[in-house]
Order: sequence, then C-alpha cells, then structure tokens
Amino acid sequence: MSEIRVSSQSLMRKPAKGPRDPYAVLRWTLLAMGAIVMVMPIVYMLSASIKYPFEMYDLNIIPTEPTFENYTYVLSDGRFLRWFGNSLLIATLTTISAVFFDALVGYALCKFTFRGRTFVFIAILSTLMIPTEMLVIPWYLMSKSLGWLDSYWGIMFPGVMTAFGTFLMKQFFETVPDDFLEAARIDGLNEFQIWWSVALPLVAPALSALAIFVFLGNWTAFLWPLIVTNSQELYTLPVGLTTFSVEQAVEWELIMTGAALATIPTLIVFLIFQRYIIRGVAMAGLKG
Amino acid sequence: MSFYRNLSIRQKQVVWAWAFLAVPILFYSVIRFYPTLNAIILSFQSWNLLGPREWVGAENYIKLWHDPVFWKVFRNTFVYLILGTPISLVLSFVIAYQLDKTRLLHGTLRALYFLPFLTSTVAMAWVWRWFYQPVPIGLFNNFLASLGFAQVNFLNSTTNALPAILLPAIWAGLGFQIIIFMAGLRAIPTSYYEAARIDGVSGWTIMSEITLPLLKPTIVFLVVFSSIGFLRIFDQVFNMTTNNPGGPLDSTKPLVLMIYQTAFSSFDMGYAAAQTVVLFAILLVVSLAQLRILRDKP
Repeated sequence: MSEIRVSSQSLMRKPAKGPRDPYAVLRWTLLAMGAIVMVMPIVYMLSASIKYPFEMYDLNIIPTEPTFENYTYVLSDGRFLRWFGNSLLIATLTTISAVFFDALVGYALCKFTFRGRTFVFIAILSTLMIPTEMLVIPWYLMSKSLGWLDSYWGIMFPGVMTAFGTFLMKQFFETVPDDFLEAARIDGLNEFQIWWSVALPLVAPALSALAIFVFLGNWTAFLWPLIVTNSQELYTLPVGLTTFSVEQAVEWELIMTGAALATIPTLIVFLIFQRYIIRGVAMAGLKG
Repeated sequence: MSFYRNLSIRQKQVVWAWAFLAVPILFYSVIRFYPTLNAIILSFQSWNLLGPREWVGAENYIKLWHDPVFWKVFRNTFVYLILGTPISLVLSFVIAYQLDKTRLLHGTLRALYFLPFLTSTVAMAWVWRWFYQPVPIGLFNNFLASLGFAQVNFLNSTTNALPAILLPAIWAGLGFQIIIFMAGLRAIPTSYYEAARIDGVSGWTIMSEITLPLLKPTIVFLVVFSSIGFLRIFDQVFNMTTNNPGGPLDSTKPLVLMIYQTAFSSFDMGYAAAQTVVLFAILLVVSLAQLRILRDKP
C-alpha cells in the first residue's frame, strides 16, 4: 500500500540523472515524434472545426481563413448545450454518489468488526467479474416496468455505487491508524461523524483519484445511455454526438466541430489539473 | 434510543456497520445480483418483450452454436484481443521505459501521450472515421495520394476494416498503460540498477533479470485489464460503421454489438441473454487463464 503511494507520488518527479547516455538525443527525438503522432488526431479535429469546406480536406493544419461558423451552426439549435448539460449533470451526480457510498462501504468493511464482514466484502468484490453488457438487458426490463426509461435516474442508477471504488477505498482506509478513530470516539463523536470528519480527510487523495475515474467513466459512457434514452432532450453527449454525426452524413467539418465540442472541455480540465489527474489515474489503476 | 444506549461499544459498532451497509446491500442485491440471475434465467427463455416469457431449455444456446454469424463474431472478438493486447502493451512499455529516462520536457511529453486517454471514444471514432475515408475526403488517403501512393480501402474492406477500427482503440488506451508502466518502473529501487552496473551486467540482462520480473504485477494487471477492454469493444465499432453496424459483412462485429442488435433491434431477449452469458464465460475464462499463466511463470 505505502509502496503504491510512494510510486504514484514519485511519478510527479522528473527521472533521476543517470550516467551519461549516448542515445539521449535519438531517444528524445523519437519520443517527441511519437508524442506528436499521438496528438495528431486531436489536432486535426480542432483544425477541421475552424476550417471552411473549401479547404477542409487539405493537409494543412492552420487554416488560411479560420472561421467559427461551424461552431455557431452546431450550437445554434441548442441541442449540443442540452446534451453537454445532461452529461455534466449525470456525471457529477453519479460521481458524488459513488464516491460517498464507496467510501462509506469501504470504511465499514475496513474499520468495523462484525459477523458477515468477509461475506459482504467477497459478495461486493465478486460483482467486478460481471460485465455491464450482461446486466443491460435486465436493467432495461427493470427500467421498463418501473418507468425509469428515458429519465435521468434511468441513466444514472447503475453507477451510483461501484465495487471497484469500494475495493479502492477499503485499501486506502487500511492506512488510517485506528488510534485516530479511537481518540475521536473518546471525544464523543458518533461513528458517522468519525468517518466524515476524521477518516475521510485522511484519504482525500484517494477520494479525488476515485472521483476522476468515476467521472471520466460516466462522461464517456455510451452503451447504457444509448439503450435507456429515447428522446433527444435526455441524450448524453456521446449518444447525442452519434445521432448528430449520422444526421450530418458527409458534412465532415460539422461532425469534427461536434467532436471538438465534446473534447475541448476535457482538454481544458486536463491542462489545469494535469498533475492531479495523472497521479489519480496511476493511484486508482495501481490499486485496481 | 435507550436500547442503543445499553449496548456495549462492540455491539454499537455492529449496529453502525449495518447502518453504513444497509443501502449499499440493497443496491448490490437489486442492481447487480438480481439482474445477473435474471440474465441467466432469461437465457433459457424465449421472449420478444410483447408476448409471454416461455421456457425453452437450452434452445438459445443450441441456436447460438449453429449460428454462423456467432462464430464470425466470436472470431472477431478474439482478433481484437489477440492483436490489441500485445500491440498496446509492447508499445506502451517501450514508450514508458524510454520516457522514464528522459528529462527534457518530461512532463510535457508524458501529458501528450496521456491526452488521448481523456478523449471521448465516440468523438474520436468519428475523427478516425473521417481519416479513413477515400480520396478526396479522408486524410490518410489524401496523404498517400500526395506522396503518389495507391489508395487504401480502410472501412469498406472486409480485411482492413477490423484493424482500422482497432487502431483508435489501441491509441486511446495507450496513455493509461504508459502511466501505469511508469509508476511500476519508478517502484523498482534504483539500488538494484546501481548494483547491476557495478557488476558490469549488460543492458539486456538488466532488462530480463531485474526490470521485467519486478514489473510482473504491473504487467499482469495491464494484460488482464486491457484484454477485458478489447473483448468488450463496442463504442468504436458502432460509431465507425453506423450505416451497417459491424460491417462490411459482419467482418468487424464484436460480441457486444451482436448482443446489442439481438436485444434492441430484433428484440429477441432470450437469445441476447444467452449471448451475454457466453460473453461472461469468455471474460472469466480468459482472465483466469491469463492470471494462471502469468503467475506460474518462474
């Protein structure tokens, strides 16, 4: 556990200076070229979104006449903003819920001793083996009979808790010394208060790592929102983007603008919180 | 309340534990276990959503066994896995290993490699779909034409379409794997390398005797994690072949797309449920086999 924390922290430092490296220049050049290739699709998408149709298919990245007309056109009917809002709302609520419950369950399974603890833990962990695809049909039938189809709750309910997050939080609560909790107990805090105001702050980095993971997962989720939604007002951004792109058919500059609108917010968030996101992903991934 | 007050500290903790777990236990029972059971039961039934649910025994499974589309889909699903996992792991390891030795603009390079991981799969599927279009639209073919090379038929070819769809999937996952590999590399104590250097051990020996063995937990995790991802591929295929999902001629159709179409285009719920049970079995067998093989290796 502590090893993992050390390694995800150490990820934030530059590599140590080694002995003289004869291949340094070659290595750096190849890596830089690889990095450029990696971001090329994103660059061309952004470039196409500010091009007029006449130079849309040219290989130049910087347009001779940049334009925002594609953006005004795509945003004009208001659907994109709606889908964007839907995705933001759904991903935010699901993230809050999943982080809350996963931390709650992870804590209970880590810090309380009671009969059936191992059984509950194994039961929750075993759901990790069940693929979402196996559950979507029963979820659909369930939503149909309960009237959850085509609603925000219908999109969200499968993700309000995650077994992965529960496991992750349980691992991190192992690092919280029991003495801290005992001291709070003597101070007269009840168990919920202890969890909320003593234990949670101590695992804050893990909470944010989990939040990043859950948010990303819900932001890009496609299969379930595609199944559960019917009306365009309830589409999430990925589902809306599919519909929009199919409608546009051959107007690739408009499709690229739609794709750019779905990507730009994530890029901005990443540029601001780069260090935290990379560390969070490493932390969640290493414990997963 | 007086009942609670009379409890010992231990007993109070038990009460609190179940209070913490009450809602989650309900959730996991109703949203995870019951649907799993329901999917298995449904796989032995026939149901088109309108008529009654009828027991048909193993008929859905027998039908699947004799369905030529299923075997094509089965093959495709494993091609995604067998090409995707090794290629993405080797690429991400090489990049992570080299990046770990680079100091100049280290953070920037790492961020650039990581960036595709954060993009929306659907958005990028459409970007790549554009790249793959024939002349004069598609970027790749325009590029080939400008160099005087022959055109390549990407998405309309039964042989090229699957690799063409796989490529963006590999591209998007690479950043995550690089970060995990780098964290794994950083966890290896530098003293091991220093000792090896003092002993005059060659670079290849360091790699095979120190780096790779100590990276084993990371490698096992990434193999299992990425395999599950490739076996469940759907978003890219669906979005890059919307006019004929899984086409041309089912040459790109993975199992999840077949499930989606059986359930939500043909509304053959029992048959689709049987397919999901098969997917579950495949995931289970592949993960367990990988864990076994990789763990047993000396």
